[in-house]
Amino acid sequence: MLSNLPLLSLAIWLPVLGGVGLLVSGDLLVTRARWLALGFALLTLAVTLPLYCQFDSTFAGMQFEEFRPWISALNANYHLGVDGIAMPLVLLTSAMTVLVVIAAWSSVQQQVAKYLASFLIMEGIMIGLFSSQDGLLFYMFWEAMLIPMFLIIGIWGGANRVYATIKFFLYTFLGSVLLLICLIYLYLQTGSFALADYHALALDLPTQRLLFIAFFIAFAVKIPMWPVHTWLPDAHVEAPTGGSVILAAIMLKMGGYGFLRWNLPITPDASQDLAGVVILLSLIAIVYIGAVALVQQDMKKLIAYSSISHMGFVTLGLFLFSVQGVEAAMAQMVSHGFISGALFLCIGVLYDRMHSREISDYGGVANTMPVFAALMMFFALANAGLPGTSGFIGEFLVILAAFKVSFWYATIAATSLVLGAAYTLWMYKRVLFGEVASDKVAVLKDLHWRESLVLGLLAVAVLGMGLYPNPLFEVMHQSVESLMTHVSTGKL
Amino acid sequence: MGEMKNIYLAIVLAPLFGAVMAGLFGRQIGRAGAHVVTIAGVAVSTVLSLYALRTLMQAKAAGLEYVFNETLYTWLVTDGFSFHVGFLVDELTVVMMSVVTFVSLMVHIYTIGYMKDDPGYQRFFSYISLFTFAMLTLVMANNLLQLFFGWEGVGVVSYLLIGFWFKRETAIYANLKAFLVNRVGDAAMVIGIAGVFFVFGSLDYAQIFPRVGELNGLAIEVFEGQPWSMATLISISLFIGAMAKSAQFPLHVWLPDSMEGPTPISALIHAATMVTAGIFLLARMSPVFELSETALSMVLIIGAITAFFMGLLGLVQNDIKRVVAYSTLSQLGYMTVALGASAYSAAIFHLMTHAFFKALLFLGAGSVIIAMHHEQDMRKMGGIGRYMPITYLTALVGSLALVGFPGFAGFFSKDAIIEAVKVSHLPGAGLAYWAVLSGVLVTALYSFRMFFMVFHGKPRMDEQTRSHLHETPLVVTVPLLLLAIPSVVIGWIAIEPMLFSGFFGQSIHVDHHHDVLAHLADHFHGAQAFALHGFTQPPFWLMLTGIVAAWVLFLKKPEWAAALKSRLSPVHQLLDNKYYLDDFNALVFAGGLRGMGRTLWQLGDRVLIDGLLVNGSARLVGWSARVVRHLQTGYLYHYAFVMIIGLVGLAWMARSAAL
Repeated sequence: MLSNLPLLSLAIWLPVLGGVGLLVSGDLLVTRARWLALGFALLTLAVTLPLYCQFDSTFAGMQFEEFRPWISALNANYHLGVDGIAMPLVLLTSAMTVLVVIAAWSSVQQQVAKYLASFLIMEGIMIGLFSSQDGLLFYMFWEAMLIPMFLIIGIWGGANRVYATIKFFLYTFLGSVLLLICLIYLYLQTGSFALADYHALALDLPTQRLLFIAFFIAFAVKIPMWPVHTWLPDAHVEAPTGGSVILAAIMLKMGGYGFLRWNLPITPDASQDLAGVVILLSLIAIVYIGAVALVQQDMKKLIAYSSISHMGFVTLGLFLFSVQGVEAAMAQMVSHGFISGALFLCIGVLYDRMHSREISDYGGVANTMPVFAALMMFFALANAGLPGTSGFIGEFLVILAAFKVSFWYATIAATSLVLGAAYTLWMYKRVLFGEVASDKVAVLKDLHWRESLVLGLLAVAVLGMGLYPNPLFEVMHQSVESLMTHVSTGKL
Repeated sequence: MGEMKNIYLAIVLAPLFGAVMAGLFGRQIGRAGAHVVTIAGVAVSTVLSLYALRTLMQAKAAGLEYVFNETLYTWLVTDGFSFHVGFLVDELTVVMMSVVTFVSLMVHIYTIGYMKDDPGYQRFFSYISLFTFAMLTLVMANNLLQLFFGWEGVGVVSYLLIGFWFKRETAIYANLKAFLVNRVGDAAMVIGIAGVFFVFGSLDYAQIFPRVGELNGLAIEVFEGQPWSMATLISISLFIGAMAKSAQFPLHVWLPDSMEGPTPISALIHAATMVTAGIFLLARMSPVFELSETALSMVLIIGAITAFFMGLLGLVQNDIKRVVAYSTLSQLGYMTVALGASAYSAAIFHLMTHAFFKALLFLGAGSVIIAMHHEQDMRKMGGIGRYMPITYLTALVGSLALVGFPGFAGFFSKDAIIEAVKVSHLPGAGLAYWAVLSGVLVTALYSFRMFFMVFHGKPRMDEQTRSHLHETPLVVTVPLLLLAIPSVVIGWIAIEPMLFSGFFGQSIHVDHHHDVLAHLADHFHGAQAFALHGFTQPPFWLMLTGIVAAWVLFLKKPEWAAALKSRLSPVHQLLDNKYYLDDFNALVFAGGLRGMGRTLWQLGDRVLIDGLLVNGSARLVGWSARVVRHLQTGYLYHYAFVMIIGLVGLAWMARSAAL
């Protein structure tokens, strides 16, 4: 019965509908708005779960496909579908949105309905992006996503939010323009917006190179890679907690997803040709950004830099051109969604109580918030890549895959074992350990049950994935293998 | 074998259950509940481990299949490569399991007394049970992935326990340092694991060891045009991991500081078990190490440096726990030397005897610390022996075992190592022999310096402390007594089977060119003869010299010690500052990294990327907008003027086009 429903359309438009409904109903009844948002988020989660349960992991192509003519004059279609690469990201999106709605329950008090509506609408857009099989549709979602995030930072953000939003907007807009140019070129070549047509389109190496570079800039900004990363720390610092969670957990993954959907299959030969550059940038991200994270004084900035460094493993894994590397990159993306989301929520918990993100304002929080300290320790260790947590899988498998290509790639990547532990645990030490640093810390209240619930669920996810990651890998195999076969065959 | 699988599962999971109960429900089950549930869990593990040891030996004696190797579940599959979770239980494993669970059980019981008044009672029990779980997964793993899981797991618990008293600045400095130094080793170890995976396409021991010959002649070009032997690369990478965990020079710096943690864990983690994980790793990976004499030589030399130079540092410490800590470093050096000489079984033998007598010494020190109301400075002790007879006697047993007095456990294992190194032909063996030999003198000196300073002589504590001195309660003294027994007898029982009768079977592989123990076996005529022979050997006389010197210098004529100290003040300075390694690391590595981070952040991110590229392009847009804006002045005559110019230009163009 369920399989007859247009699950992907439901997953996209249900939250959008909920968001619009919230906007219409306004802020009059705050509690009702919260329950309404939670209801829609849970409903969307329920709609996406069958995507996993009924997924056929023996099939490489698109599943749960929906196809309707959209703009027939342009031959653009409303074409949805997910494969083993997109489906985990869709589920990550619907799961994280539920947590963000719960986390906002008491911490957001201004314009609650609009805040929650933004997140629901964004959820629909992000799921739409991950399931678009039509280039124009993809581009539309890609651009649309900027609006709610722009508003979230611009309205509920911190003191310097205008600078941050403009920077965020301009950076991503630069990428978008290049993406649009590529899209137009590919449309002119094929007369179609179907991604599948682009994958099959024969292109010579110079054209592939140009396209690759344009795509690459668009997605490198998003994920983000060094040296186009500086928008992220600013955006994170100014964003409200929920904004940071979605930004880190889902939006960065669009960059990685873009590489997998556009760069690798459309320009396979240029990807191999220019892989050295991407790997170099990835290794720089891991080491350079790791060192920069170490000296941050603002907790959110520190975790933002940590995200960039972790995304270095994603891009490194993708451009090793092995199934193992790509699957490791995917695992890293999913895991980072949980862990960075959890860490931003932890910082949110502290910020709600102390209204500061400065590390130096804290000290000895473990004395007054023992439950919180235990949970945050767990996430800190996961961020440092502890085996048994999800954070270990991606890094470990990428290092193993990198060794096959070059001893040095593996060795440089392995420095993150030291750097990651250094910046995360040093921050932990200064914030949580030690004597109670101030009167404010002395009166801190430990976690509310709702906060415990959200962090507890994330801890279960991090631990569960860390101990038994195979279910995630099983659904990816066919799609990743077929992608890598396509890439290694090339177009020349 | 199916029945054994359940037993092994129970051995691993029982401590985990205790840890979870005490950790998550500590408030509900209370203090007594926490220690009952964790001790019960570890007791189950201990009994079943000993049962497994007996079963294995019986099966082996009966000529049956006795090695258990089974996968529990598949962690993940990628690109056709599978990673598993599973157990390998062979001779090496059961020895480790028995030692780990027994010492852990003793420490659990002892903790009831030691942590009696601590508010973090339940948390502490949770941690030490969690440690036992992690250590067991490490030694029982049938592949390198699970070993690494346990390896990092024990590292984390060690981190949590060193920083157990998290309000103390010194404790939270020490635990971060310990974790980071260990992470340096782990990074190298991951490279070693990646090398293994690269060659064999699997991390399962059962896949690696039968095919280990494939490493022969395999090389990897690390630098342009310089091929490195793959066996050497893998071995050295793994050994760097072991150096951090087993505190070998120069990655030993974390271990002395780890004494900031409560004493029970110093005994369990930082003496008896966790720090020996590196020794275990090398013994487990012996088929790979045997292929690289370069790596073995490095192991030998690093071990020798650690054994001798870390022992020297023990001479100048005044904190009772730090003396024992440096002694641990030195003894780990002995084990490493044995590994380098390919005497893996001697290393494991010493690991076992050391686990008993060093746990005994640490717990004895803890007993003194309890009686002294948490005073650890030996200069404020003295004459404690008469107030604490059991602690005194057991500490004496521990000290005699440590210095290798013939007949005590440490004698058998240490003498075997010294003899083994003597006949080794690897480069560096000569140096290592002298290091371990003179190490005996140093060991005797620092051990009995501590023994005399604490238990003999005039009491130097204040009157109030002295009047309250008394023997510690049963929960403390019973573990001491139980550990004292193997510290005496285990050498007699175990030397012949472990070293000379092939107890380890296939679990340890030694190339016949390196088989130094086979050489010794020709001269071995039973434990009794070995002990008697010990009285005539140089180590015995060196040891005796050390004890007598300690007696003179620190008991009879302390003024001589003071004179010696001022006479040798540069040396004393060097030792007192631990060869300035901590300062070097703080300045170069910690400071250097922070400096690099600041530079990259301020110069790279802020000035170059944000300042020049981002804001620069924004300014460029702004500047061109300002320039272009001048065109729109709003004055009619400006526009008229431009129009005229335009018309003229157009006319001119039209004319030239017409021509």
